[in-house]
Formats: sequence, C-alpha cells, structure tokens
Amino acid sequence: MKAKNQRLALIGAALVALIAAVLLAMSALKDQAAFYYKPSDVATQSPPVGKAVRLGGMVEKGSIRKQPDGVTIDFVVTDGVAKTPVRFTGVTPDLFREGSGVVAEGQFQGDRSFVASNLLAKHDERYMPPDAPGKRPKSETAAQ
Amino acid sequence: MMAEAGLAALWLATAFALLQLVLAAVGVAIAMRTEAAELARGVVHVSARETASELMRAVRPVAVVQGVLVVVAFAALVAVFVSSDMSVLLVVDNSHSLKPLIYKIAGTWGNHEGSMLLWVMVLGLAGAFVALAERSLDAKTLTATLGAQALIALGFYAYLAFASNPFTRINPAPADGNGLNPLLQDPGLAFHPPTLYLGYVGLSVAFSFAVGALVTREVGPRFARAMRPWALGAWILLTIGITAGSYWAYYELGWGGWWFWDPTENASLMPWLAATALLHSVTVLATRDGLRAWTIMLAVVAFSMSMVGTFLVRSGVLVSVHAFAVDPTRGTFLLGLLALYIGGALLLFGARIGTVTAGTTFELVSREAGLVLNNLLLSVVLGIVLIGTIYPVIAQAMGVQLSIGPPFFNKTAGPIALVLMIALAGGPLLRWRRDSARTLGRRMLVPMGASALALLVLLIAAPGIGLMPLLGLMLAPGLAVGSVMPLVGRNLLRTPLYIWGMVIAHVGVAVAVAGMASDTAFTRERLVALHVGDSTDVGPFQVTLKSIAPALGANWSALEAELVVAERGSSFTLKPQQRFFSAPPQVTNESAIKTLWNGQLYTVLGREDAGRWQLRLWWKPFVTLIWAGGGMIAIGGMVSLLGRLRRERRVAKRQLPAEALA
Repeated sequence: MKAKNQRLALIGAALVALIAAVLLAMSALKDQAAFYYKPSDVATQSPPVGKAVRLGGMVEKGSIRKQPDGVTIDFVVTDGVAKTPVRFTGVTPDLFREGSGVVAEGQFQGDRSFVASNLLAKHDERYMPPDAPGKRPKSETAAQ
Repeated sequence: MMAEAGLAALWLATAFALLQLVLAAVGVAIAMRTEAAELARGVVHVSARETASELMRAVRPVAVVQGVLVVVAFAALVAVFVSSDMSVLLVVDNSHSLKPLIYKIAGTWGNHEGSMLLWVMVLGLAGAFVALAERSLDAKTLTATLGAQALIALGFYAYLAFASNPFTRINPAPADGNGLNPLLQDPGLAFHPPTLYLGYVGLSVAFSFAVGALVTREVGPRFARAMRPWALGAWILLTIGITAGSYWAYYELGWGGWWFWDPTENASLMPWLAATALLHSVTVLATRDGLRAWTIMLAVVAFSMSMVGTFLVRSGVLVSVHAFAVDPTRGTFLLGLLALYIGGALLLFGARIGTVTAGTTFELVSREAGLVLNNLLLSVVLGIVLIGTIYPVIAQAMGVQLSIGPPFFNKTAGPIALVLMIALAGGPLLRWRRDSARTLGRRMLVPMGASALALLVLLIAAPGIGLMPLLGLMLAPGLAVGSVMPLVGRNLLRTPLYIWGMVIAHVGVAVAVAGMASDTAFTRERLVALHVGDSTDVGPFQVTLKSIAPALGANWSALEAELVVAERGSSFTLKPQQRFFSAPPQVTNESAIKTLWNGQLYTVLGREDAGRWQLRLWWKPFVTLIWAGGGMIAIGGMVSLLGRLRRERRVAKRQLPAEALA
C-alpha cells in the first residue's frame, strides 16, 4: 500500500470508529438515560413504568414507616406541591432522615408509586436536590 | 507568615513559568528562522545561532527553578495544615486540630484549592525533571517542549491566583476548623488523588513533547522514544490510581460495588483509555516509524481527556462524592483553559500535520494493523464513556434533568471491551510489517481451544449466568493463554524486559476481566435484620450476630457488631462498624471484609430498629482478581518501563562518544 493511501485508510477507519461510537452511544442513550422526576411532575404527566429513573425531593416529616422484615421502609417524597410514595429495601444512607433532601434511584410502578433500588442523600450537607422548596443552592443565593 | 511565603513562592513560580515560555518561544523561533535562512541561502549565521542556543540553554535552569518554587508553595500549604493555622480559610473549612497527623497532611489535597496546588506542583516537578534528565532529544524540540509545559503551567497558576487561592486568610480566625469529610479520612485518600494527578501530569508532559515535535517538525522515532517513558509512566500511575480508587470505593462506601460509572471515575478512566491507545501507537512510531500523525493526535487526545477529567471533577458541574467546587466562576475559568489548550493544540495539529510526511507503511495483516485495531476499539470505548459522562451536563444546560448510569455503559462499552479482548489475544502473535492471516489463525488455535474448554466447563457447571459474564469468563482464559504465547520458544532469561512487561500486563487484563465476570455472575447477597444471637446464611457461610459493642477511635466512636462466620467446620470473626464522627458530625458504615483464597465475604452493619440490627452481607467469589489484575497491569507497565529505560541508556552511551567526535 502506498503511504498516502495508507494515511487515507487510517483517517477513514478513525472516522468510522468515531461515528460508530456516537451512533452506539446515542441509541443506548434513548433507552438508558435515567430522567429526573419531581413529585409534581408525577402528578401532571404519567411517569414511565418499569424504566430506570430518579425521583428527587424532600422526605416528608413523619412519613417513614418501617416494615416487619426490618430492612424495608416506606416513605413519602414531596416537593411542596405533590407527594409520591416510595418503598426502599436496604440500608439507608447516613444523611437520610425526615425533612431532608433525597434522590431515589428506581422505577415507577403502575399506581405511580416508586420502588427505589438506591437512595442518595448527598455527603455534602450543602447539597440540595434541584428546585427543592425553601432553600436554594449556595451560588444562586449569592446572586440574588 | 507561612501562608504569605507560600503565596509569594507561587507568584514567583508564575513569573518563572512566564520567563520559561518567552525564552523558549524566542529561542526556538530564532533557531528555526536561522536554519531556514541558512538552507535558503547556503550561508551560516554564527551570531544568530549563538543567540538562539544561549536562549534555549537558559530554559533548562529556569524550568528547574520554577519546579523548586512551586514545591516550596505546596510545602508551605502542608505546613499550614500541619500546624492547624485557623487563620487560613482553607484550613478552617477542611481541617480540625484534633485530626490525626496523617489526615492533616492528606487534608492538604482533600479539597479543591489544595488539590489544584498539588496539580501544579506535580506539573512543575515534571518540567524540572524533563529539563534535568532528558538527553536524547535535540535541543530545539526539547526547548519547545519545555515552552509548552510552561504555557500549561501558566494557565493553572492563573487559575489558582484568580479563582482558587489556597492561602486566603480569614479574619477573625475561628477557634477550630470544620474537619474533613469522614469518608475521606482513610489511608486510601493519602495516596489515591496524588497518584491520579501524577498520571494526568505525565500525560501533559507527553502532550508537551508532541507540541514540541510539531513545532520543530521532528515527528519521528527519536521523539517517540523520548515521549514513551512519560506516556508509559503516566499510564502506570493512572492504572494504579484507578485500581486503588476502585478498591477504596469498594470497601469505604459499603455498597459492595467496585465500579459505579460515577462521572469522577469516568474522569480517570478516559485519560487511561487514551493513554493505553497512546502507549501502543508510540511503540509503532518508535520501532517502525509508522503512525506519526496518529500518535501526535493521541497525545493531544490523552491530554485533553485529563483536562476534561479535571474540569468535570473540579468545576462543580457534577454532583458527586468527589466534586467539591461550587463556585461557577471556577467552572468557567477551567472551561476557558480547556478550550484554549485543546483548541490551540488542534490548531497547531491542523497547521503542521501536512508537513509531517507519512511514515513507514505496513500490510493489512501485521502487528501495526493489530495495534491500529486496538487503538480504534479503545477510541470507540473512550467516545462512548465521554458521551455518557458529559451528556447529562449538556442536557442539564438545555433544561432536562437526567443521569446516565451503569446500564448505559455496560450495554455499550461492555461488548466492545470483549471484542478488544480478542484483538488483545491475537495482536502480540502478529509479526511487524507483514504477516499472513493463515499463520495467525494457526497461532490462535491454542487460545481458542482454551476459550472453548472454558465455555464447555461453564455451560455444564454454571448454566444461566447471563451472556456478558459468560463471554467474559470464556474469553479470559483464551486471552491469558494467548498473552503468554509470545514467550513460547524464547530463551526466558534472554527475553527483553519489555516483552515480559507486555505479557504480564496482558495476562493482568485477563485476570481482571475474570474477576469482574465472576463477581457479576456468582455474587450472593443477603439483607436481613437480626436480633443478637440470630443467624443467617449467605453463599456457603452461616453468619451469627454474636454481640453489639461500643468501640472508640482517635476522632470517632462506633458501634461494632461481632459476626461469627462458620463454613464447613472452620469459623472466623468479622467486625463491621457504624462510626460516628463529631467534626463534621456524620455517620459512616465501616465494612468488614474477609479475604479468602476464592473470594471475599463483605459485611456491613446497618441501623438498629426495635432490637434488630440490619446486616448486609455479600459473598463475592474471586472478586479479588479484579484488583490483582489491575496490579498486574501496573507491574507489567513498570517492568516494561524499566526495560525501555535500560535500553535507552545503553543506546545513549553508545551514541555519546560518536556525537562528541562529530
């Protein structure tokens, strides 16, 4: 193979690889991107059932109910407008408590309740789930 | 005083970096213009030559001084942390006088400003090291390289000075600090970030070499041999950093996972993927003088990825365990630097690459082609990880909240990684320049046999483990066998070290993949709430909660469970804890892990409720192979680096007398 042709072939191969990566990623993004919901979104639009999504808001005060197996809890996530019941089986994170912010990873059920496979209570106490009522992230407060 | 001394050293270092850049730029410009003029007119300009070489000679000591100054600045910050000087804002925010000494020191880089200072310190040291140690490269290319280093450093000095000054004072000084996040109070933290930073910075040196070679149009084997140790060294450190970080997350977070596709993890994986591609292509350039433009491009990409990584982690666009920064000006500043460096490098690449003639050619079936395939597959994986990592950021900018998790990466990068394993088994069995597909097929018979045998065993012994783990466990033995085959028929004592390095690293990949597949396929998990005295079982083990007792550490108190684990007559004890830290107030789960020859039993103590204690137990067969494999990959890299450096020195010794005569 001539040197010039070889360079062209390499450029071609690199472009094909690049396009393949983008196409593969884009097709997978359609199915696998976990969208973020707030309880008020759930009230206004019907959430996808059985698809991995995230639900964010505050754990409503007095809503945590422990189940008899000792490892399952039910609680309510609220954004000040609407409420969504959540069930979670596992060890809750350290900062998970009533009245504080939480992001639940999991799936919506047919009855618009949520089954969480993972709970994120951010390690940084300054962390707030987006658009939570009451407080705003630090940077925005500074701008106001 | 110490803080002001540090700040002064930092500003002086900035001044020296500027001087380094100017001297290098002017020196190289004069040298190149003089050469071009001499070539055109056939005369020798002695005075211009002397001016240029004097300017260029001055660059080396300037780079060394810059390195020393930035080390002084960093040492000052460490001193401020060690003495718990609460009049410095950074210490107040991130340290506490009661913290153990090692975490006071580690706390220096356990925060945004300190870690950026660590970044530039490593950068300055690397520049000083290049200036002192590099002997094989011609003066012009080396000077241009040091100039590029200075330009990179300047950007970060500016960033520190204007957006993240670590030495800012606070008045009045509070009585004590806020402490360091307990999750970060771990020996792993003392070594994990510096290792990754060393890797990132190593890639910046490789990038500077590439810029230097582009500027002077000296893209060839000589440049490749000068750059290779840096690319290889950076890659080794990234490998260690990623492996250690993975194990840290595994035992510290208490979630039982070893890779979460967290954006910060991806931020270290992407430079590693690019560096892996780079160190394979630079081999082609060094030994066969092929893939010239390709290698330069990969050096640019690898550095870009370490910049993207720094940007993602440090700008605050990501919400993650590691992301400290929340100030939007920082993100903008870093994004500006990112655009400047990558854009500038691409412009230079576009302008100069036409003058870099194509290197030696090769056939479609050859070692070179195998390495090109390796590069392409790695690039595809890199592209996917990059898209998956930055897509949520872009979506957020457009007002859509979403996250990309493991399902995306496993479905896309996973299959390509498996194809890469096949290429990895075949590549080293190919000859340089030209080979035949038929002989390759014959050589591949043994690895394919090993994989077929593994498949048969798996189908009989472990049916229904899922396609990906099955493929992983099937391909791993084939890859291991194929990787060892380059040693067959060689005198093992005379085999060069870099071949040993390659074999060890490639077998390490097989070992790590086997561990990942085994963990996915065979892990058993149990989540229960037990009264003291109750038992449960997980995998082959029976676990009894014998007691719950308080325990005390230097700056924490804890509740400790005593778990008695029985398996076929023998038994051992595990003590997972719930730790309560007072500064800052936080509870962490300290997992207790028992490592056996065939896997790990992983236990976490959860909450208490009505006399029952939550326990989370995992039996993870052969999970340890993941980090053992990672360690082998790093060791393979080190062996190879040692072999290369020895060889270079021998070659240099042989060349020196000849050059002295000429």
